[in-house]
Amino acid sequence: MTGDDTKHLPLEDLHMAAGARFGAFAGWSMPLTYPAGVMKEHLHSREHAGLFDISHMKLFEISGPGAAALLNRACPFDAGALQVSQSKYTFFLNEAAGILDDLIVTRLGVERFMMVANAGNAAADEKHLRELAEDFDVKVDALDRVFLAIQGPEAWAALSRAGIETGSLVFMHGIEPRENWFMSRSGYTGEDGFEIGLPEADARTLVTRLLEDERVMWIGLAARDSLRLEAGLCLHGLDVTPEIDPASAGLMWAIPKEVRASGAFIGADALRAILERGPAQKRVGLKPDGRQPVRAGAALFDADGNPAGHVTSGGFGPSAGHPVAMGYVRTPLAKPGTRLFADVRGTKIPVDIHPLPFTPHRYRKG
Amino acid sequence: MAKTYFTEDHEWLRVEGGIATVGITDYAQQQLGDIVFVELPEPGKKLAKGDTAVVVESVKAASDVYAPVDGEITEANTALSADPSLVNSAATGDGWLWKMKLANESQLDGLLDEAAYKAHIG
Repeated sequence: MTGDDTKHLPLEDLHMAAGARFGAFAGWSMPLTYPAGVMKEHLHSREHAGLFDISHMKLFEISGPGAAALLNRACPFDAGALQVSQSKYTFFLNEAAGILDDLIVTRLGVERFMMVANAGNAAADEKHLRELAEDFDVKVDALDRVFLAIQGPEAWAALSRAGIETGSLVFMHGIEPRENWFMSRSGYTGEDGFEIGLPEADARTLVTRLLEDERVMWIGLAARDSLRLEAGLCLHGLDVTPEIDPASAGLMWAIPKEVRASGAFIGADALRAILERGPAQKRVGLKPDGRQPVRAGAALFDADGNPAGHVTSGGFGPSAGHPVAMGYVRTPLAKPGTRLFADVRGTKIPVDIHPLPFTPHRYRKG
Repeated sequence: MAKTYFTEDHEWLRVEGGIATVGITDYAQQQLGDIVFVELPEPGKKLAKGDTAVVVESVKAASDVYAPVDGEITEANTALSADPSLVNSAATGDGWLWKMKLANESQLDGLLDEAAYKAHIG
């Protein structure tokens, strides 16, 4: 990708002023780290409140009498069963039940939903959604918003000090607190936290107020990745892809039983066939023995040297205090405690299958 | 007297009595971020200029550190096994990576001095 095609965050000037180091991600120039560095940024998010600019992610508003029906076709869930303000983690699947993208959908009203999509898939998602929408009485709007995440045990208090009350909002719920704002209690760190989509001018005011609070600091994409990996959360493109189905990925909890049985979502037949025969591989947590990180792409072998699978995400877990990884292994091996070996530059590093998450989730559920 | 050289790959070498102590520069450690593991070489290993001598792992990525000249490893900085963050906190001191016996001292002539290195990183 040439420099001319790279997309820039609306608040890029603020990140530059904060001393961010930038890097390319999903077609965007993103702040990777700030002067504190990934380790401090990661730990700060777990102890206090981290502020993330996630404006590379895309918000779609889906409205109209056919909104729930469209979503039930596009995603393996029951949009009509959501309470107003309730959010659900779901997917776009292809006909083979491969994961085109993973998404959060929130019901804003009887006939209105908000969808949050990944940056790298946003354009394909929009095309997919608009094509499907032709068969329904529905309107799809791609929203132009700054999107911020504030994550950590002090996130709610920092927002309160900045004039944003979050009291009645619980985990996986979203509301529209102001005109053109969308705020959900959710995130991708394993911590309590919020994601707020809002117009740029409002975002600048909010960021200024939040950063006046010593509990809040900017957190870059590097720590966002180590936080989500410790929390056992999938990154689309690595841990879930169009070649991976929700059963292999261990994400069937996101698909209600009645939808599995009789839903008419895209990929339903393929998913039912996979469930009937059982997935050949499963996603697992992997804890390397020792301090050497095992990273995406590393091949895994069993004790006899037979291929066992591969690593899809890996790095160091600052809160865990040891390397952490995720990957796929043959289903019979996918049990906590199974010892495997990862090939890292020709050396076999022992890794144990480890329950996910590596650090406990601390969501505010009510 | 020890003399210090630099490479365009952001390494430093301190040469004394035919032995070079090698590490990465402060600029390099800042670019890499928090170091969590250093894969050290075995003493006795022979390296040609450009061979990977050490792999430095940050939270996010693994980076090769290349042999800046030909030679044989005489010592690896085993203190980094217990505390890899020395590469961040003391890149040009206690965070050195390895020592090597130079095979061909004339190769040093192709390296940078401190002023040239500073110009290189701008």
